[in-house]
Amino acid sequence: MSKTNTGSNLRADVPAIDMQGICKAFGQVQANSDICFSVRKGEIHALLGENGSGKSTLMNILSGIYQPDAGSVHVYGQQVFFRSPRDSIKRGIGMIHQHFKLVEHMTALENIIAGTGQGLRLNKKQARIRISEFSEKFDMAVEPDRLVSDMSVGEKQAVEILKVLYRGADILVLDEPTAVLTPQEIRKLFKIMGRMREQGKAVVFISHKLNEVREMSDRITVLHKGRTVATVDTASLSADALIELMVGRKVDLAINRPRVVSDGVCLRVENLTVQDIDGVKKLDEVSFELNHGEILGVAGLAGSGQKELCETIAGLINPSAGSISFHDKNIVGLSPREIISLGISMSFIPEDRLGMGLVASMDIADNIMLKDYAFHKGPMLQRRIARKKADNIVKQLDIQTPGIFHTVSKLSGGNIQKVILGREINLNPKLLITAYAVRGLDINSSHTIYNLLNEQKMKGVAVLYIGEDLDVLLDLCDRVMVMCQGQVTGIADARKISKDQVGLMMTGLTYHETVNSVKTDSMINESEKGAGVR
Amino acid sequence: MNAGMMIALFLASAIRMSIPLLLGTVGESLTERSGHLNLGVEGLMMMGAATGYVVAYRTDSIILAILAGMAGAGLGSLIYAFLTISMKTRQDVTGLALTIFGTGFANTMGKALAGTTTSEKIRAFTKGQPFKPDLTAVSEVPVLGPALEYISAALLQHNLFVYLSFAIAVFAYWYLFHTRPGLHVRSTGENPAAADASGIRVTSLRYLHVIVGGMFCGLGGFYISVVNVGTWLDDIIAGRGWIVVALVIFIRWHPLKAIAGTLLFGALEIVGFRMQQIPALGSLPIFSQYAIDLYPYLMTIIVLVITYARKKAWQGPASLGQPYFREDR
Repeated sequence: MSKTNTGSNLRADVPAIDMQGICKAFGQVQANSDICFSVRKGEIHALLGENGSGKSTLMNILSGIYQPDAGSVHVYGQQVFFRSPRDSIKRGIGMIHQHFKLVEHMTALENIIAGTGQGLRLNKKQARIRISEFSEKFDMAVEPDRLVSDMSVGEKQAVEILKVLYRGADILVLDEPTAVLTPQEIRKLFKIMGRMREQGKAVVFISHKLNEVREMSDRITVLHKGRTVATVDTASLSADALIELMVGRKVDLAINRPRVVSDGVCLRVENLTVQDIDGVKKLDEVSFELNHGEILGVAGLAGSGQKELCETIAGLINPSAGSISFHDKNIVGLSPREIISLGISMSFIPEDRLGMGLVASMDIADNIMLKDYAFHKGPMLQRRIARKKADNIVKQLDIQTPGIFHTVSKLSGGNIQKVILGREINLNPKLLITAYAVRGLDINSSHTIYNLLNEQKMKGVAVLYIGEDLDVLLDLCDRVMVMCQGQVTGIADARKISKDQVGLMMTGLTYHETVNSVKTDSMINESEKGAGVR
Repeated sequence: MNAGMMIALFLASAIRMSIPLLLGTVGESLTERSGHLNLGVEGLMMMGAATGYVVAYRTDSIILAILAGMAGAGLGSLIYAFLTISMKTRQDVTGLALTIFGTGFANTMGKALAGTTTSEKIRAFTKGQPFKPDLTAVSEVPVLGPALEYISAALLQHNLFVYLSFAIAVFAYWYLFHTRPGLHVRSTGENPAAADASGIRVTSLRYLHVIVGGMFCGLGGFYISVVNVGTWLDDIIAGRGWIVVALVIFIRWHPLKAIAGTLLFGALEIVGFRMQQIPALGSLPIFSQYAIDLYPYLMTIIVLVITYARKKAWQGPASLGQPYFREDR
């Protein structure tokens, strides 16, 4: 299987990977320019950078998905030219993609063995033995005969990792592996990565989360706008110095949380239940209250019912039971347009960012008009008003665009999201629902959005903030509601609850159950640190 | 003739009618399992029918005719594969174009041979019954004798192509679900990006399965023109290619289930034909030739509605119909 264990790679001074002068452009965008990146055997090397700094492009070049425009790649001292992922796998490089590349409708076993072996024979028995060997060696529990579509995100990731180990990879690339995991799952992943290092594998760890990078890596290479800024020993730099390298200047990472005196309940949701067409409960007896001048955060693993909650409040889905009261008026059964006119605004940033809320091929002005054309007088569109609004929003939110007649799809991700949020805020809502508002944004743009939300909060708007990053949820929101499989497992004061507790609640424990288990858990961690993992 | 024998003969006819559908359905299943929706089955079957018939007529060689039938459709599907896989054109539109092209190509090619028939030699081969058992020894035994007679009449008195087609269906099933390349095909059809990242050669694998799938469709066309009909008629496939497209959904892309699914449609064609021969019924409008020609399509609509009504069921290869760009971002 592995053809990489030739004599040359035993020499410790030869880097496992050595990429020099890598350039890659996509149309006008220079994703990588003259990047140098080198990883030793037996180290965890973090690749740090904001979104759009070229991390994923560089790793896709290493895994043979893209071909570089210029530059050279050496694996254990030998120059390689990868024309497909197949070539890169043969060289012992294994990529664990951020968006898992798994066939949902197949079992773990089938996913792991696909693409390996020779001839007609499908040797499942032998594969099963090898898989269990690897799962033991790296302490990963995977049921080989389970369908991937039935697995949790953490289990899917384990399948991805087993898949590359099974191919004999000794250079592993993990592309933002922690983005979708609970804190508990992250800890488990870090242990696995530690084992890989012990086994002498070269591990590349891509992330934009500083604390994780500082905890796990031996060395860090920082990328900024497609260029290598520096490669440093992790221990030699402070967090502030790192962020300065990453962003290009000093940044205050603290998120504001102004205190606002609330003037009453804005939204009251009671026993809300939503079923999909197959009768599966997507929301199960969800109840909560949202006050004016408050940001209520919603935490939960992807697909825990966040989308359904947003869409039900916005009137896009009809609940099968329960009530939603807005200022003590039941809004279940109203049309989306009636709900908008009441002052409820919803923005949802899907994973691909352009899938919902905007028409990518239309310009900014038209997109802003989309939400309020229905309230224009007469049969004609009032373009003048829309243009004025668009101008305002662009100025107010500092959207980087040549003009308001610029096609939305040609804007960068951050600016697209500002257009969406700006349009919602422009409607002067009393209730603002925003899901994944900072998805894929760099630190600066994220902070602009947090400030916008705080501004709304201080105006007395009730904000429902659905987020992914637990650190942000706990710093920005007043209260946090945790969801698991459509149920609310608890609502707590964000100033008092810990990240670990939220993590456990995301997997189904109630708040009170988490209080005890977190205590024992953190004790174990302390003792481990004492024993000196590093 | 007793009732048992009538049923046996009915079944035998249904099997004979189902064979071209079976070959097409198995072929199209292979193609679709790799993620390519080829709506050009009608055109491919036309091309296979025409090249097969022309070569059978000119060379008098059944082997060359089979090869020609497969090569004709193989060429058609090569065009489709090049356009959809390499040029990334839309699969549905390309498939429709292939149907129009294939039909025109076949009618042009066959025009000169309209009204001719295949030679004695070819007919002897296509009507041959290689597995017909000699039952004279047991014909007098009560129960067992007639039972064997019925089985023989229903299943064992077919031409070679019938058994060959069943073998192809069983082989395709084994290939897809029990071999390593089969797993690769299914992975590619579900998620080409995942297959690519696993080291599977997505492009060559898709080319292979689109072309081989097309060749089986061509074999189905050859069966209609050379084996079932034995002469050339314009539009000889008469819409069976479209039924195949629907059948693939009905049988859930599963070659073994294709045997049962196509038998149902084969039986339907025979029922209509037999009803027409009964004088009292044949004059009724619902058994007129036009109505009978309509029934398979009516059945197709019903079958599609039933299939898609099962919401929870797997709805076919997930990437079906979508081109794969590796450098997509």
